[in-house]
Amino acid sequence: MTLKLGIFYFLAAFTVWAAAVVVLGKNIVRAAVALIFCFCGMAALYVLLDAEFLAAVQVLIYVGGITILLLFAIMLTSRIGVTTARVVNDQVILSAIAAVGLLVGLIYASTSGIPAMSGPPRLPETAPFLGRALLTTYALPFEAVSVLLLAAMVGAIILARKE
Amino acid sequence: MMTFASLVERFYAAMAAWGIPWIVPTLVVMVIVVSVVLAYISVAAMFMIWWERKISAHIQVRYGPMRVGGWHGWAQSIADGIKLLLKEDIIPAGADKVVFVLAPMVVFGATVAAYVTIPWAPGLIVRDLNIGILYMVSISSLVVVGIIMAGWSSNNKYATLGALRSAAQAVSYEVPLVLSLLGPVMIAGTMSMGKLVEAQSGRWFGILPGWFVFPQIVAFLIYFTCALAECNRLPFDIPEAESELVAGFHVEYSGMRFAMFFLAEYANMFVVSAIATTVFLGGWHGPWIPLPGLPREVAHGLFGLVWFQVKCYFLIFVMMWLRWTLARLRVDQLMAFAWKVLLPISFANLIVTGLVLVLGKQALLYVGGIVILLLVAILLAARPAARTVRVGERT
Repeated sequence: MTLKLGIFYFLAAFTVWAAAVVVLGKNIVRAAVALIFCFCGMAALYVLLDAEFLAAVQVLIYVGGITILLLFAIMLTSRIGVTTARVVNDQVILSAIAAVGLLVGLIYASTSGIPAMSGPPRLPETAPFLGRALLTTYALPFEAVSVLLLAAMVGAIILARKE
Repeated sequence: MMTFASLVERFYAAMAAWGIPWIVPTLVVMVIVVSVVLAYISVAAMFMIWWERKISAHIQVRYGPMRVGGWHGWAQSIADGIKLLLKEDIIPAGADKVVFVLAPMVVFGATVAAYVTIPWAPGLIVRDLNIGILYMVSISSLVVVGIIMAGWSSNNKYATLGALRSAAQAVSYEVPLVLSLLGPVMIAGTMSMGKLVEAQSGRWFGILPGWFVFPQIVAFLIYFTCALAECNRLPFDIPEAESELVAGFHVEYSGMRFAMFFLAEYANMFVVSAIATTVFLGGWHGPWIPLPGLPREVAHGLFGLVWFQVKCYFLIFVMMWLRWTLARLRVDQLMAFAWKVLLPISFANLIVTGLVLVLGKQALLYVGGIVILLLVAILLAARPAARTVRVGERT
């Protein structure tokens, strides 16, 4: 158990470090690269929580898809790689309040043991369970999200087509 | 194979009996396994490089390397490897040094990580994950990240162009690739590599081997096409097109760092062939006989190992054959092919597979395959014929 805890602290520190580079990095491409490491750290944390399926999907979608598209967009924007990005904008105080509030809320939740934060049930294999749950118990939210994504896709295509 | 797993178990038991904490034997096993895998990758990549040079040479009616080492220049790759090791390591002055150094490590690391779930022989697999196939696909998608890092950090226009093309290509071809793998996963009802192979042990109609390539021939062809694109092999090699981009994303790399990219490329070819072999070609299944003087499991395992390698290297041979036969696709053709042809067909394959699995018996899978083939034919016929421009013809 202690080894697992040690690995958790290492991964957590790694993920937070990568996230800090994303937020504080002046070079936008480096920030995007750090985002990849951040997502990989998150995936490793999912593995630690026995959610291998979620971890694999995290790497496949977020690292293999979304971050690559991000990098693609950055590279298509001319000279964005050499200019330095502004790290802090005018809403720094507002966002600091929000961040501290979230932190306090999370600490309160984890110390007072809110039911949603208790350990997940142990499953031998998560993928079949997830699939069945998505298509039976949670079919309606699943379909709603699908329609939402479809609408977003159609919207993106309409925005991208200049006519 | 009983022997491999039981050997590890016996080692653990012996260590526990001596009162050594479990972390020590675990680390020892890990180091040994990683060393074996790395050694295999290096030797296989060197062989594949020599083999590719020989195949290309024979396709072009010449001999290829003939001198180093004597017999047909077999030591050429070793000599090249030593040369690359001894070369000066150059990092361009304008490069982003951290990302530049990190890029080959990401590419190589992602490729090696995929070897974890390759089922070499019955029971001989580093870790048979529940999500095996998904793990392999997702970890291989990290290779593109390394390519983009390399291309951007080199601070070179050709390299950046190569990285851009690679990003577009990878994102497009990953979608039909994953969808094509879903068909066999649905039939077998599992994503574990070991169980996928076991699910192919039967026979179709009592004659054909129970490989998923027969009911899922469409998925296999889609997978193989996308795998070529994922490996940046011709006809999908626009990220490193020599004639237009010099060498694409790895223009600025030299010495050992270039060797890492080179090694990873060939290691990746083996990974995609191993996935195809496992999912479509029955993995380690093949005829075998009990060898005299060996337990049945060991003989079965040895034959499985050989069959797996034979199937993998056959697919690799096809990839090399295609490389020296086909011409490179244009960027727009590449994109149109992925989104307008491969994606609809793979969706159709998925739907038909699902329908047959829910409604009919296994025999109906063949009907589904024929329906999809017809669909493909209709799609191809309905597309406007590409205007071909011959050499010397005025446009």
